[in-house]
Amino acid sequence: MSLWEYANPKKFMATSGAVLPWFAVAAGLATLGGMIWGFFATPPDYKQGATVKIIFIHVPSAMMAINIWAMMLVASLIWVVRRHHVSALAAKAAAPVGLAMTLIALFTGATWGQPMWGTWWEWDPRLTSFLILFLFYLGYMALWAAIDSPDTAADLTAVLCLVGSVFAVLSRYAVNFWNQGLHQGASLSLDKEENVSDVYAYPLWLCMAGFFLLFVVLLLMRTRTEIRLRRIKALEARARMTDA
Amino acid sequence: MPELGKYATEVLLAYAGAIAVLAGLIAVTIAQGRAVRDRLRRMEGDK
Repeated sequence: MSLWEYANPKKFMATSGAVLPWFAVAAGLATLGGMIWGFFATPPDYKQGATVKIIFIHVPSAMMAINIWAMMLVASLIWVVRRHHVSALAAKAAAPVGLAMTLIALFTGATWGQPMWGTWWEWDPRLTSFLILFLFYLGYMALWAAIDSPDTAADLTAVLCLVGSVFAVLSRYAVNFWNQGLHQGASLSLDKEENVSDVYAYPLWLCMAGFFLLFVVLLLMRTRTEIRLRRIKALEARARMTDA
Repeated sequence: MPELGKYATEVLLAYAGAIAVLAGLIAVTIAQGRAVRDRLRRMEGDK
């Protein structure tokens, strides 16, 4: 069975409808489980105190903010190359989720930064690139809303997605490219010396899995809605032609 | 409730804000999905 079969809206609707409840249960369990574990069952850090608990929402949301843009880029390129409507609609459906994740990352970062850095905001390379990524999400959604022709909108938003990818990459690697900001390096690393303690790492992994699953659920639901909206537009156009 | 010490406000604010955004996103997604599904059903029923 080929992956391209899911470019058929009927096949996509049938398969996504069957798997959605399972993904929803898994997303709920992992997200709530990870957040409850992190909030209630982890000790305060010797330096950061209780603010270390913010990591369980900040890191997964920041990770998803970047990765959702990467997913949108892949879906947009599939649209540009193969003209599969479902992939363009999936990119469109993912944008509000990415916007929400970026907003959460910025907000939780500010609430952590205020007591730890002494400021809510700093024009640090990572913070600034994240703010620009947030604006790109807004621009992407506005562009979809501003253009009537869905194919033209998909083409132009694909170009915007490609341009915005520069900032998605910068958001991820800003702390490595410019070693001068306030923001620290990665919290999770394959290098044991650089990794956070296991007592924080395990609930953090669970939260990251939960946020990823939550994204999959929201993506499937929103793509299904977009496909139905496209069908409604087709029926309305057909009715207008019949009337004329 | 865990002991949050002097940073209780910041921690609770971060969690409340994040949960509010996520809950809002989920609620809007479900509401939009149901509204569009019902509209399509009505249209296809009218055919």
